[in-house]
Amino acid sequence: MNSKILNRRKKTILFAILIFAVLLGVYLSGTFLSDELIQADFSQKGLAPSLKHPFGTDMLGRDMLVRTIKGLSVSIVVGVVASSVSAVIALIVGVIAATGKSWLDHLMNWLIDLVMGIPHTVLLILISFACGRGLKGVLIGVAVTHWTGLARIIRSEVLQIRSQQYIEVSKKLGHSSWWITVHHILPHMVPQFLIGLILMFPHAIMHESGLTFLGFGLSPEQPAIGIILSESMKYISAGMWWLAFFPGLMLVIIVLLFDRLGENLKKIIDPYSAHE
Amino acid sequence: MQIEAKNISFRYSDNQPWILHDVSLKIEEGERVGLIGPSGYGKSTLVKIMSGYLRPTKGEVLLDGKPLPKKGVSPVQLIYQHPEKAINPRWKMKKVLQESGMFREEVMKALGIEKDWLERYPRELSGGELQRFCVARSLFSGTHFLFADEMSTMLDVITQAQIWNLMLKEVEERRLGLLMVTHNAELAKKICTRTINLAEINKREDI
Repeated sequence: MNSKILNRRKKTILFAILIFAVLLGVYLSGTFLSDELIQADFSQKGLAPSLKHPFGTDMLGRDMLVRTIKGLSVSIVVGVVASSVSAVIALIVGVIAATGKSWLDHLMNWLIDLVMGIPHTVLLILISFACGRGLKGVLIGVAVTHWTGLARIIRSEVLQIRSQQYIEVSKKLGHSSWWITVHHILPHMVPQFLIGLILMFPHAIMHESGLTFLGFGLSPEQPAIGIILSESMKYISAGMWWLAFFPGLMLVIIVLLFDRLGENLKKIIDPYSAHE
Repeated sequence: MQIEAKNISFRYSDNQPWILHDVSLKIEEGERVGLIGPSGYGKSTLVKIMSGYLRPTKGEVLLDGKPLPKKGVSPVQLIYQHPEKAINPRWKMKKVLQESGMFREEVMKALGIEKDWLERYPRELSGGELQRFCVARSLFSGTHFLFADEMSTMLDVITQAQIWNLMLKEVEERRLGLLMVTHNAELAKKICTRTINLAEINKREDI
């Protein structure tokens, strides 16, 4: 019945909006839940999941549901900021490489190879550590290491568009290289940019958590998923499975939701699949 | 004005055979010249070189004795065979005309471009309709030569006739120099004041 009323495109859009609403909801509830809800309360420590505490409580008696949501909220902020910065870097590098002189192209390609060549986690740890750890260190670390793949895609797209006849005609009509980049090329990059941006979120979030888990990221008093997970490792052998299970599961769900959102947007705006 | 191709030779790289060898020709303003010749003899290449899209390996293209300007609005405009490739698929037709500054009532009227086409995207127009836009944007006040590379080959006979009637009117009114590449000898006879057979002036060894 439903499939007769809504075509695939509308369903995809609806689904994308729904995912976006869920993610926004997690972020907002994480921001507006008061810190008092995660005050230490030793009378409640180490409780298994129950109706009152659906995700259980930790060894300081804090409610794990509230902590998890707060942690996810931090993760989403890191994901959004870091991947936006990363995507903008990718766009600039990609367009410069494809537009400028050939030595500039070589330089940009060398830079991409350099960043790609260093093991990801090592580079992340180094940059985050050098920038003073904490939220700032993680943000900078994730932002400056994730742009390489997208930059390559954008470079090759720009190269392809620059060889089109309408670009040559535009030159003969007296337009400058800058004018052509802004009016002809950048509009063609919108789908790649948006999809690349959203598909970068999951990476950014995972790396933020991983970095924090290893102890090079956010500071311990922040309710980040990585912190929660690394704390829970101490108690997991004591049979307190809920400390790791629910936060981990929630992280996976959020990452998958972002991934779905990106895939759906791809179907909607990518010219090769937009009319399917 | 006069455009002259002087001893033009062209090949894609040093170890490839010549495509054009020592080709020379002159076109005066107000002249309509047909360029004919079998496939693969370098007709399109010659036209691209003469309009500044390709650089010749040897020889030069002179406009009134001076080389073609590299930057700015070119007085020599080329109209391609496939209009759908020569128009940005993400642009509305209005922007295509605005890009060249030819968003003017009288040009649109002369070429039979209808008002409601302007709000459409290229894929919502037919080949013949698109080709009119390509012609329209080439008709600057500064345009002195129009080169048409098989401009009407992919159009049906009726649309071909329409487009060429419109073109001829504009070319005559503005006294432009026209160079058309075609396989259609009858069409060339109808339109041109003279024809050049590339097979005769291209001094490639295999011809």
